Amino acid sequence: MTDTATQIQTQISDNSVVLYMKGTKEMPQCGFSSKVAGVLNYMGVEFADVNVLADETIRQGIKEFSDWPTVPQLYVKGEFVGGCDIITEMTLSGELDTLFAENGVTFDKDAADKIREANA
Amino acid sequence: MPMQAKDIEDLIRETFPNAAITITDLAGDGNHYAAEVIDESFKDKNRVQQQRAVYAALKGKMDGSHGELHALALTTKVPE
Repeated sequence: MTDTATQIQTQISDNSVVLYMKGTKEMPQCGFSSKVAGVLNYMGVEFADVNVLADETIRQGIKEFSDWPTVPQLYVKGEFVGGCDIITEMTLSGELDTLFAENGVTFDKDAADKIREANA
Repeated sequence: MPMQAKDIEDLIRETFPNAAITITDLAGDGNHYAAEVIDESFKDKNRVQQQRAVYAALKGKMDGSHGELHALALTTKVPE
């Protein structure tokens, strides 16, 4: 593995939920990153954010690591879950709740239900 | 250089000749598109695998700051 791949592997091993994004969870700098970070924040999920704009090697490295050309990218328990479109679909279908529950990730079920009600 | 909806469809079509492909220009700027691809080959693949296959068909057009395509909202489905 390259140094960058090792660094990414450490990040996704050390944190249950990691979001690779443009900007930070407090200040996202892209609409797609903002959307996913917004969902996680609203659902009260504790996650590590990695700002790819702050590190060009990670920005390129994460695309190769995941074999996925775009950011944001969500990892749960070391597994790549998807980008913005997949996370949106999974949030609305309830699959994201299931994934978090199965992996012992704490989240606010009522908040998740509210997102679904608002988008029904 | 913005891409036309037709160019995107043609690229996806090369890999998925029998797919139902719908491209929508979200912002009217030739830069933000939504693509829905419905294809039999997606059967038995999860969403990540389905979308990886579509990204592969786009041959690097999505590659960040150097890519011609800034934003493509992807939806992939198996025919019902």
